[in-house]
Amino acid sequence: MRDVAVVGFAQRQMEEFDGSPTCVELLVPLFAECYEQTGWTRRDIGFWCSGSSDYLAGRSFSFVQAVDAIGVIPPVNESHVEMDLAWAMYEAWLKIQTGEVETALVYAFGKSSAGLLRRTLALQLEPYTMNPLWPDTVSLAGLQARAGIDAGAWDERAMAEVVQRSLTAAEGNEHAVRKGGSSVDELLARPMYADPLRKHDCAPVTDGAAAIVLAAGDKAREVRDNPAWITGIGHSIDAMSMGTRDLTRSPSAQRAAAAAGVDGVEVAELHAPFSHQEIVLRRELGLGDDVQVNPSGGALAGNPMFSAGGIRVGEAARRIWDGSASRTLGHATSGPALQQNLVCVLDASTTGGAR
Amino acid sequence: MSKQPAAVVGIGQTHHRSKREDVSMAGLCREAIDRALEDAGMTLEEIDAIVVGKAPDLFEGVMMPELFLAEALGAAGKPLLRVHTAGSVGGSTSIVAASLVQAGVHRKVLTVAYEKQSESNAMWALSVPVPFSMPVHAGAGGYFAPHVRSYIRRSGAPEHIGAIVAAKDRTNALKNPYAHLRNEGTTVESVMASQILWDPIRYDETCPSSDGACAMVIVAEDIAASSPNPAWIHGTVMRSEATTAAERDQVNPQASRDAAAYLWKQAGITDPRKEIDAAEIYVPFSWFEPMWLESLGFAEINEGWKLTESGATAMDGDIPVNSSGGVLSSNPIGASGMLRFGEAAMQVRGQAGEHQIDGARKALGHAYGGGSQFFSMWVVGADKPSN
Repeated sequence: MRDVAVVGFAQRQMEEFDGSPTCVELLVPLFAECYEQTGWTRRDIGFWCSGSSDYLAGRSFSFVQAVDAIGVIPPVNESHVEMDLAWAMYEAWLKIQTGEVETALVYAFGKSSAGLLRRTLALQLEPYTMNPLWPDTVSLAGLQARAGIDAGAWDERAMAEVVQRSLTAAEGNEHAVRKGGSSVDELLARPMYADPLRKHDCAPVTDGAAAIVLAAGDKAREVRDNPAWITGIGHSIDAMSMGTRDLTRSPSAQRAAAAAGVDGVEVAELHAPFSHQEIVLRRELGLGDDVQVNPSGGALAGNPMFSAGGIRVGEAARRIWDGSASRTLGHATSGPALQQNLVCVLDASTTGGAR
Repeated sequence: MSKQPAAVVGIGQTHHRSKREDVSMAGLCREAIDRALEDAGMTLEEIDAIVVGKAPDLFEGVMMPELFLAEALGAAGKPLLRVHTAGSVGGSTSIVAASLVQAGVHRKVLTVAYEKQSESNAMWALSVPVPFSMPVHAGAGGYFAPHVRSYIRRSGAPEHIGAIVAAKDRTNALKNPYAHLRNEGTTVESVMASQILWDPIRYDETCPSSDGACAMVIVAEDIAASSPNPAWIHGTVMRSEATTAAERDQVNPQASRDAAAYLWKQAGITDPRKEIDAAEIYVPFSWFEPMWLESLGFAEINEGWKLTESGATAMDGDIPVNSSGGVLSSNPIGASGMLRFGEAAMQVRGQAGEHQIDGARKALGHAYGGGSQFFSMWVVGADKPSN
């Protein structure tokens, strides 16, 4: 495998788009930040890949206009996944692994505030028998949280502790949409929202976009003193069926972690849009108590659809760049109740290459 | 660092119809997958990863349908990627699947693309008004008709060239048991007599709306070597340009020319007209055959129609185009590009049955999408690439 590193990262997270900018208007300044970080222009980018979903935009082909943000005359080498930024990054990583290109800029965007997110996401479910019942995202997460409590895998206090730690950490994150940890007892005193979930157990509905820059070998070294080398990356999916899955588990997260090789990570940025899901993920990824989880505040502090997973990788990379950690992990999830997962391990050194 | 050799060793497609009421979306995909796996002599258990493609989710009304389809696709327990690059998606999906092998990450990859247009209404799924966007153009034909008119004016092509393509592809489709349209007795005259839909595009010069799917198994070098008839991948390319810009040439887009130039170079082809034995080109409206012949480099600018008129693109011509019947005869949008890629592979594997081009050794698979702005192409060959 080639040595490939994350060398650029830019993000926007907000409760609502200010005014009504198009995706193009949102993306252009993010690309500018990436160029500033790398010293490159768009002609230095070998491959582009985006992640998004038409259902957030409420129209077909929302990614078509987004490519205008690149300035695609002359034409570019480009692709799109109808998935989170993290999977767009995976496609770009593949492209670099084929040897065809040296560099890639990947981006994702989504305007959750344009609709009612929990209902929009219900359209992800099986359309013939399940969708007509309209079980929405928060309700399904509530069922998952209840299943875990009933099984003794966690309790409401453990969930509140996740929230308290995340929202306290988010105080140091300028992009966080929600912050301020309060105390566990105070959190537990707040009213139920979707029993056993309180509002703070659920990620805020967030608009936003993000971009990540990848580079191979010396290209990466030219850009940064401490490139965040991708030394392991894996992803996997489970069957959706809610009736047959053990909702307290996420086998696909476990497989993704096994494929990526997560031993020895110091910091883990986990994409857990509901507090109890962090508990599930910690277990499936086999993270010990000494691993620092979500120092950015995680998805509970801001969850821009289709970029929140990639933002975890970007946050994990920043810890390598600034030298505060030597081995970190970024995780992304997709689908109801942690159905699909990706794990990306980043290192300060390239030893061994990606698994 | 160079690409690992990869080859197609299994291909499957569904019978394409305007309504496949006998199968769900999952059943449709599985029909193609099962045929591809049988062709490859493999089971789902052996597959390392799955790559799925389809056109906009609004076509069937399910957001990210790969999530609910995961189990039926055989992806539960494996990595699953979902590609969406407009009409070129079937081609792009094949390329992403190939890159998993070419990158040395996986050894046996299954890829599938589908569209079940009958479960919703593609016309209206493409007609959602949003602020700050151009008004829609009453379907794709309305968008492309001015480009066709412009091509006719620029090239001086006689008005029956499009009808030649339509009559050819519909006749070719009769040799393809999976084709949707089976219009016997289609002639240049009968096409010319059909109603004008979007001047100058006639009804018989347009593609149908189909339910259908296509699947392929792409494997690493050593596995391919033990297959009786692998279709080796000699080159792949994707290029994109903007939808609208004053300097855009939508008749002969730069993204198409750039992509072709890169593809031929990668595949070691200097004279595509001579070296390509069969071409499966994305022609949803008949006039796109002469237009793409030019931007792909099979003909000089403004000369593509002469190639079509001469019969060179017919099954018995020297550069047969769409011997399968093409998009004009079957158009499950998300799968249409993969069908072009798959049919090209079938030709070099010698498994195209009645629409087989004798002795085909190198073939082109081509797809485009959006407002003639997204392009994906590959060249496959009966022999392992030497470069």
